[in-house]
Amino acid sequence: MASEPFEEEYISDIGPPHYEKMLPPVIKKNYGKWAYHEVVKPGVLVHVAESGDKLYTVRVGSPRLLSIYTIRELCDIADKYCDGYLRFTSRNNVEFLLTDESKIDALIEEVEKIGFPVGGTWDATKAKYGLSNIVHTQGWIHCHTPAIDASGPVKALMDALFDHFKNMDLPGLCRISLACCLNMCGAVHASDISLVGIHRTPPSVDDDVVRRTCELPSTVASCPTGALRPDMKNKTIKVDESKCMYCGNCYTMCPGMPLFDPENGGVAILAGGKLSDARSPARLSKVVVPYLPNNPPRWPEVVDTIKAILETWAAEAKPHERIGEWIDRIGWEKFFEKTGIEFRVQLIDDFRQPRHTFRATTQFRW
Amino acid sequence: MSNEEFPLLSDLKKGPWPSFVTEIEKTAEKKPEMRDLLKQLERSYEDKITYWKHGGIVSVKGYGGGVIGRYSFLAKECPGVAEFHTMRVNQPAGWFYTTEALRTICDIWEKYGSGLTNMHGSTGDIILLGTTTPNLQPCFNELAKNGWDLGGSGSALRTPSACAGPARCEFACIDTLDICYELTITYQDELHRPMWPYKFKFKIAGCPNDCVASKARSDFAIVGTWKDEIKINQEEVKKYAEAGVDIKGQVVDNCPTKCIEYDEEKKEIKIDNSNCVRCMHCINVLPKALKPGDERGATILMGGKAPILEGPVMSWVIVPFMKMEPPYEELKELSEAVWDFWDENGKFRERLAELIERVGMMAFLEAIGVEPDPRQIKEPRANPFYFWREEDLKPRTDPWEIWRKAEKEM
Repeated sequence: MASEPFEEEYISDIGPPHYEKMLPPVIKKNYGKWAYHEVVKPGVLVHVAESGDKLYTVRVGSPRLLSIYTIRELCDIADKYCDGYLRFTSRNNVEFLLTDESKIDALIEEVEKIGFPVGGTWDATKAKYGLSNIVHTQGWIHCHTPAIDASGPVKALMDALFDHFKNMDLPGLCRISLACCLNMCGAVHASDISLVGIHRTPPSVDDDVVRRTCELPSTVASCPTGALRPDMKNKTIKVDESKCMYCGNCYTMCPGMPLFDPENGGVAILAGGKLSDARSPARLSKVVVPYLPNNPPRWPEVVDTIKAILETWAAEAKPHERIGEWIDRIGWEKFFEKTGIEFRVQLIDDFRQPRHTFRATTQFRW
Repeated sequence: MSNEEFPLLSDLKKGPWPSFVTEIEKTAEKKPEMRDLLKQLERSYEDKITYWKHGGIVSVKGYGGGVIGRYSFLAKECPGVAEFHTMRVNQPAGWFYTTEALRTICDIWEKYGSGLTNMHGSTGDIILLGTTTPNLQPCFNELAKNGWDLGGSGSALRTPSACAGPARCEFACIDTLDICYELTITYQDELHRPMWPYKFKFKIAGCPNDCVASKARSDFAIVGTWKDEIKINQEEVKKYAEAGVDIKGQVVDNCPTKCIEYDEEKKEIKIDNSNCVRCMHCINVLPKALKPGDERGATILMGGKAPILEGPVMSWVIVPFMKMEPPYEELKELSEAVWDFWDENGKFRERLAELIERVGMMAFLEAIGVEPDPRQIKEPRANPFYFWREEDLKPRTDPWEIWRKAEKEM
């Protein structure tokens, strides 16, 4: 049977609005013709065009989760000071774009009055770096697979690290990211510090839900370690728990096998990744703490561990040196010694290609 | 909300960083059903578990994605969020907005949804968080009438995203916004109608600083770079030196290939460009004095992904340098060749990197028509276990024939 035709004026597949409609006149005029930028003060950049035109940016931290009422307040400020133009960054900051330098302080006062801090910038010329916002995922506010919350730990961390957001007092860039499960819709695996929600117990199979909602072959095939077997007689799935490493891929396939366990799920901490190719190549983050408890509302164990990594690095790193580059210089054994983080057996890789992670030289530090 | 009612969440209203709890409260003041979100979330904070059910197929007419169905396990206790679906709205490239455009979205979301958003989701979309099934279609219709469209979800092209690029950055070697828009518009069908083994992401970064995390977070990363010499303005070098910048310590000593020389007396920089790896460090530190060269284009890297399933991958260099000029035919041909190969060979829920590892990089490069280049690898393999094709070989000889012939001759 042919499907019902859409009514004539049905609009679809138009794509996003063209970006040109969103650009302030100073950007349209100087598009691709910016000469340089400078940091006016923490949170404030100026980009100078070849034409001599100047564009000021005031960067503001946000919780990412924003109500339309707050967005309207931000719009009011952009209307008042920025002729109605603003942007967001890839790390969930809000950026007010303006051409009149004399309006900057009034803008800052107004935006901080509604509770949004100005900061998150860095000045590479002076080797003074501020902490940018934490990118993160949904967590308990909207997700069906999280091992931990997302917005809560981020709020607790940014409260604890607030001064680093406001002041450019770090030796290098430090990107912190959080994903509330291994699916990592906020792919955090190349951050200076990343937090990942992990499950630690195998799926709990509800045979009835499996029968009603799951396709057995594709669920079995989804397991990377071969821990699943179809039980064709009972039309359900059997789990070989000794083979399961709790990735949760089966739960994504089949709603009948959740891995949740409130007292066992928690947080893994990874460190030393970077995305920029500046100086050393981009690299993945490495697991430094295999598990910390899921402890709402403020995850104190997580906050303390991250502060220990960040403050040790900040005190010891050379200018521009990121956490991974600092570890390159001092060695992993010294990283664990200096940060006071216990080196645990789970940090030794036994997944797919561990051979590249084992040391095959007698060069080490004591 | 009274702090006694939601003690755990209320704790997260304290402190200097703006609070997501306050944002939810703001919606609850206008929309009483949003109190149920606070109620459910407080319960999650108490019990340390999500109360959102797995999945639920909801959509709008003609689309296979862009809406994420969400239902609550606490439907009776929290009826206001029994259905709490998400709409992904395709952001403008570079996340630039007029307040007029943002207000339009706010008004539509006030009418049809919870009033809660993510600015932005991990892939880059505007996330409209929480509405009911009956509201989806009218909400979409009104978004579309106002020039907005949905982004991607499921086993489809996901919404491409780009850094600020030439709109506000002197480092941009390519027009990230234009490439992002052009790809998004060209591949509307791939974006809105899932038809692949799994998700596929494009991200476009203007330079190797990679502010959109393209190398880690996209299957197909387009990263601006250049081939010719770094442009030096010696006057500006002098000014930096006179202003107290330690050029030897900050720039020369941090150069990964030690290709920069600094003459302390003349206060001049010399770069051996043949040994420069275009890492951006010197340009980042001295933006007034140093600039990327004029022969600009992009490096195409592929396979970036999160740990599910075979472990995390940082994208691999596939095309070391490609010119980036509209209408980007070469770029589109390459992505289509990748999709053809993936369609043909990809297993269900296998990301591009996993497919490349399974079939081998040699076979992949050959299939998409890319020539081998030492820039694609860190080092050659340490084993000689490679395949030869028939055309590489001379006609085969059977050793038994040789031996038997010899035996007979004896």
